[in-house]
Amino acid sequence: MTRPVETELLTSELDAELPPTVGGVAIEGRSAYQLVWLRLRQDRVAMASAIMIALIALFALFAPLVAHFTGHSVNQEFHRIGENPDGSPKGPSHIFVWGTDDQGRDLLVRCAYGARISLEAGLIATAIAVFVGTTVGLASGYLGKIVDTILSRTTDLVLALPYLLFAIALVAVVGPSLGIAIAVIAFFSWASVGRIVRGQVLSLREREFVEAARSLGASSMRIMFIDVLPNVLAQVVVLASLLIPSAIVFEATLSYLGLGVPPPTPSWGNIIADAQNYQEAWWFLLFPGILLLLTTLSFNLLGDAIRDAFDPRGDQMFARTKKG
Amino acid sequence: MGRFLVRRISLGALVLWIITILVFVMFFVAPNDVAHNIAGRNATPATVANVRRTLGLDQPIVTQYWHFLTRLLHGNLGQSYYTQQPVASILKSRLPATLSIMVGAAVIWMLLGVSSGIISAIRPRSVADRGLTTFALFFYSLPTFVLGLAMLNVFFYQLHTHGWPNLPGSGYVPLTQDPYQWFLHMILPWVTLALLLAATYTRLTRGAMLDVLGEDYIRTARAKGLGEGRVVLRHGLRSALTPIVTQFGIDLGTLVGNLVVTETVFGISGVGKLAIDSITNQDLPVIIGVVICASASVVIMNIVVDIAYALLDPRVRLN
Repeated sequence: MTRPVETELLTSELDAELPPTVGGVAIEGRSAYQLVWLRLRQDRVAMASAIMIALIALFALFAPLVAHFTGHSVNQEFHRIGENPDGSPKGPSHIFVWGTDDQGRDLLVRCAYGARISLEAGLIATAIAVFVGTTVGLASGYLGKIVDTILSRTTDLVLALPYLLFAIALVAVVGPSLGIAIAVIAFFSWASVGRIVRGQVLSLREREFVEAARSLGASSMRIMFIDVLPNVLAQVVVLASLLIPSAIVFEATLSYLGLGVPPPTPSWGNIIADAQNYQEAWWFLLFPGILLLLTTLSFNLLGDAIRDAFDPRGDQMFARTKKG
Repeated sequence: MGRFLVRRISLGALVLWIITILVFVMFFVAPNDVAHNIAGRNATPATVANVRRTLGLDQPIVTQYWHFLTRLLHGNLGQSYYTQQPVASILKSRLPATLSIMVGAAVIWMLLGVSSGIISAIRPRSVADRGLTTFALFFYSLPTFVLGLAMLNVFFYQLHTHGWPNLPGSGYVPLTQDPYQWFLHMILPWVTLALLLAATYTRLTRGAMLDVLGEDYIRTARAKGLGEGRVVLRHGLRSALTPIVTQFGIDLGTLVGNLVVTETVFGISGVGKLAIDSITNQDLPVIIGVVICASASVVIMNIVVDIAYALLDPRVRLN
């Protein structure tokens, strides 16, 4: 192993050379990811969405604090002060800032705990889907032949299934729970990632750097994960950022239909399902509905911005530096 | 074209066959006791054993699957545990409501999505373009049930409580019985679904049209002195249509899910509501029937879309 020595030599050589300067300012090399980050930081919509997401994440993270400050726990029912004499929910007041639900529970506290479920489901399901989809796409695109045939057909099949119906069928058999909901969402989301990654890998496989690695005797495993993977990562990041909002909507929909998180655990979906029976209680539908909309809208806007930032065709940064 | 048809249809048949296996495994091999579910909570072991024998659950799995498949191929979907009616006739009675929602919504969303996409693409970065794309992203992010309930609250509840004429809040009136009432009951579900699904088409049409309108042959068409309307619709839209048709095929699968939600929100007794109600009633044959029929129709609709696609774009047939 002489390589570390070689690298040392190389860096010392580089150090010796003075960096080129323009008008006294050193020219810095920027990696692709640094450029993406710079572009994102200049995108006001993207930053606003990121802040919104951060706020919702904090709301979820500090749900126990919300409960502490209001003095109402998640499933605590206030039949005397939290409900009208006929048992219907009470509107916003200084005791219940966002009003109460049909069981006299504090809606603000329940929405905060619901945020946890939404983000948890969205992130975990997306992580699983992205991991499985990327691995399948890499293997299928790089290894080709029989592996590709089997994996591609499986991908096609999953994409052809009417997913909500299969989710319904599965829940009918095993009963609703958050775990099942996440598994179902991940199962129906990996295929689109797999298909796109495969397409990318198919063209990368023919490139010179892969041929070089192969002629050096690198194993398929090494080429797939060390050489090819970093080149599809940008696509995967974009896909992941757009999968999160759809996973969140998927979870909320399952919970709305009574197939996701079982009560009394609050989820934005099952809160809204309860709200359907109380049309006069506007707060009951409005607050969880707006939270859900803000979350998915922010993630979608951010995902779009990330895609634009990765896309060199929309490269405003480059145009500006050239002019300056 | 003949070879393309054969290949596409046999692939569809294969997908359907795998779906029957999936459904079978899910309901009969999964680690739950079907016989116990059917016999009810208070059944004696003898009753459970009896149910198991009548359903053939004591036979080997492959034999069971064979019986399941032959019954399906004879169009026999079994009987509902809950109402004792044949599942096939229950499905048939629920179909008109679901079809009404689907067809009406599809017409509105295609018109809405494609036309707004064209308007956006003709003048990119104009006020109209920005407005429409923002609108599209907004509806794209809205979950179906949230938009549905919001519409219901405004156009039914709020109008009703303020004494204004309002749209009906729930239910379904068959077209053959009263076309006007049918239309009134369909407006909210149609608009809800159309607004949500049109969003994808606005973005898609905009992108495809922008690419196409930059082509040389569009310049040629303009240079020939063709009217702008003709250039955009005849020459531009025709080539932009291919990705739109592909997306339509993908959306048919998604639509099945959206129909379940829409029917639940607006209390319409269609096939989707049937699926949800059957879960509450633990009515397995009905759930199986809905899943298999809906999957079959998605597969068949996808074949139809692919054929339309091949007709539109001759290159597809070659690969």
